[in-house]
Amino acid sequence: MHLLSITLHMIAELGHFALILAFLVSIVQAVVPLIGAHKRWPGWMSVAEPAATAQFVLVLGAFAALTYAFVVSDFSLRLVVLNSHSAKPMLYKISGVWGNHEGSMLLWVLILALFGAMAAWFGGNLPPTLRARVLAVQSLVATAFYAFILFTSNPFLRMAIPPMDGQDLNPLLQDPGLAFHPPFLYLGYVGLSICFSFAVAALIEGRVDAAWGRWVRPWTLAAWIFLTIGIALGSWWAYYELGWGGFWFWDPVENASFMPWLFAAALLHSAIVVEKREALKSWTILLAILAFGFSLIGTFIVRSGLLTSVHAFANDPERGVFILMILVFFTGGALTLFAARASAMEAKGVFGVVSRESALVVNNILLAVASFVVFVGTIWPLVAEMAFDRKLSVGPPFFEMAFTPFMVLLGLVLPLGSMLAWKRGSLSRVARQLVPALILALALAGLVWTMQTERSMLGPIGVFLGTWLIAGALTDLWTRTGRNRDLTRLLRLPRADWGKTVAHSGLGITMLGIAGLMAWEQEDIRTVQIGAPWQVGKFEFELLDVTREQGPNYTATRGEVSVRPAGGDGSEIAHLYPEKRVYPVQQMPTTEAAIDYRFLRDVYVVVGDAQPNGGWVMRIYIKPLANWVWGGCILMALGGLLSLSDRRYRVAAGARKTASVQGVPAE
Amino acid sequence: MTGFLRQGVLTLVFSLVATLALAVQPDEVLDDPAMESRAREISAGLRCLVCQNESIDESNASLAKDLRLLVRERLVAGDTNPEVVEYIVARYGEFVLLKPTTGGWNWLLWAAGPGMFLIAVVLGAVYVRRRSKAVAPAERLSADEQERLDALLKR
Repeated sequence: MHLLSITLHMIAELGHFALILAFLVSIVQAVVPLIGAHKRWPGWMSVAEPAATAQFVLVLGAFAALTYAFVVSDFSLRLVVLNSHSAKPMLYKISGVWGNHEGSMLLWVLILALFGAMAAWFGGNLPPTLRARVLAVQSLVATAFYAFILFTSNPFLRMAIPPMDGQDLNPLLQDPGLAFHPPFLYLGYVGLSICFSFAVAALIEGRVDAAWGRWVRPWTLAAWIFLTIGIALGSWWAYYELGWGGFWFWDPVENASFMPWLFAAALLHSAIVVEKREALKSWTILLAILAFGFSLIGTFIVRSGLLTSVHAFANDPERGVFILMILVFFTGGALTLFAARASAMEAKGVFGVVSRESALVVNNILLAVASFVVFVGTIWPLVAEMAFDRKLSVGPPFFEMAFTPFMVLLGLVLPLGSMLAWKRGSLSRVARQLVPALILALALAGLVWTMQTERSMLGPIGVFLGTWLIAGALTDLWTRTGRNRDLTRLLRLPRADWGKTVAHSGLGITMLGIAGLMAWEQEDIRTVQIGAPWQVGKFEFELLDVTREQGPNYTATRGEVSVRPAGGDGSEIAHLYPEKRVYPVQQMPTTEAAIDYRFLRDVYVVVGDAQPNGGWVMRIYIKPLANWVWGGCILMALGGLLSLSDRRYRVAAGARKTASVQGVPAE
Repeated sequence: MTGFLRQGVLTLVFSLVATLALAVQPDEVLDDPAMESRAREISAGLRCLVCQNESIDESNASLAKDLRLLVRERLVAGDTNPEVVEYIVARYGEFVLLKPTTGGWNWLLWAAGPGMFLIAVVLGAVYVRRRSKAVAPAERLSADEQERLDALLKR
């Protein structure tokens, strides 16, 4: 019993020790298999797999130790003191583990080790040298991050004199949406590390074939799905938490996650070309390097606090420089290797100018250029200050003007390109098939244009693009029923085809949502008296009461609002309770908007300050198609998931195993 | 003017202790709806100086409120939209502009996207043309495979 309690007191030290061991194991895993693969020594190569598993177990132990410290509120740990409080709900005690710099970096390496271990567990069908190299490169990345944590961001530091209670987590972060936003984002960022490792390993091997494309694509898909969910969660959180329903701010931290997402989207499309047609090989390798490179840039932006914004909680130059070194070493090293070896990756597939391959080249150009625009806009304030001594800002108006055209172009060409045949397609044939979709999209856009009162073209253009994308995806599906419109054929379609339809429709739905929100939102700000109804658009509102409430670790002013149809019989649509909270420990107020979510619109209600005349400031927003923004994201992720579950990634394993034994390229 | 400046510094200090005020308040709103919507449009393009990447239209900080009132004051005084923006930039520097100008080296920022797009399109077109004219190369053996073939042939 006594021994047990001593062990419990030492859990943080055990976690620290496990992390140091993981660091040492990662060095072994980075060096030994690489030499083994070079010298063709099977014994040295086989070190990689057990090492990857051991690394994962060790980091998991370290992470569990830190989580334990947060759960039991161990205020002898500095990190717990700074980011937790005994009165905080359990969910946020746990999410507090990654709601800070040190803990979030520990989560980062946990996921890195997890992906490394998964590559080891499921990589049985890879050629042995490629597998050894992939795991070694993956481990090299991990080594750099373990060093970063141990030398600059140790989460296991103790306090000399533990305080009675902690300083609590930033109240804005105490939210279910944000509790799960970082893990998903990190699964995405770090998932791209596997693609990077595959790319570098292939460069070292000196060959890329269809099988390589097939191995890389599931990892890319998985990373992209996680990024999609992570970004959507963050955007949804901003929508309901920040108090005026904005969902995207072009904040450097948001851009940091958006750039890898765009690159991952490009990569998962170009990997199809490698897999099916053995073309675009060197470009795909480059994309894999860039996608992870931008994940590192994103980490650098967030962690260095160089481009300060709401989320950047670490403003420590030492850490910034360390991550910059990691970034330069890996991206620079990989690009150098690429420059030396890329010419060896000659393409095999031959295709016509009008073909699916060419369409995917267009897709890649648009996504990569769009990402480049985001990148330049994000770092420009820094460039301007250092090079030209100008302090300036680059905000939403720039991005809306510079980024949107490429997305509009993408939306325009997507239905056409996605229906072109491989090798040699016929544009006129595809165009003919898409005539009904085009007419539908034009008709809806025209209808919307005549109905709306504003002169803004944003709404009609958005409606056109959204409808065009959705109808285009359905047309694609319809053509798959064959000449005699045999619907049972659809059931036999590969899941990847269903994934494509669902994901492309999802993009259309998101575009419709964005257009609806940006073009037709209604806003009303006024001081109201309790019991005096007022109208906004087609709705009537009445503030029934304002009360003070006591939460677990906050106090709230809570309004009670009745929403009714304007000029109606008094029947209620919704009864809403908007709040504003004050978290006493951090002395910070937050707004909790009350939202009536409906399919076609949200009614968004915020309570403001008490006025001297006894009234209250109320803000009402009517937000058309708001849910569609995130509904589309969910569909995109679902499409990715369908694609990921495609048969060819599940059953082709056996065939490839025999192929790799014989040493011929698996095709 | 010094009074105004001192107030600016004070608000800068106090805004660190966040207030509960929420963006545009009812008492700020102008009676003329057309002028108010111009004010909102201008505000959305001006950065709140003490916040992190928020426009004064969205911000709760008291300095943002001062700027919102200033924008409305200038509009009521008869300024055009560009004149209001110029007035604010003259006092707070180009840092307040969320949409950077094209002046000086900033043209690079604005040209980056279109320029990169042109380069990418040319490179893509060259690649696609080359692929469409290429003849599928014969399957070449890797060094490994060549070695094994040689060994087999020697046997």
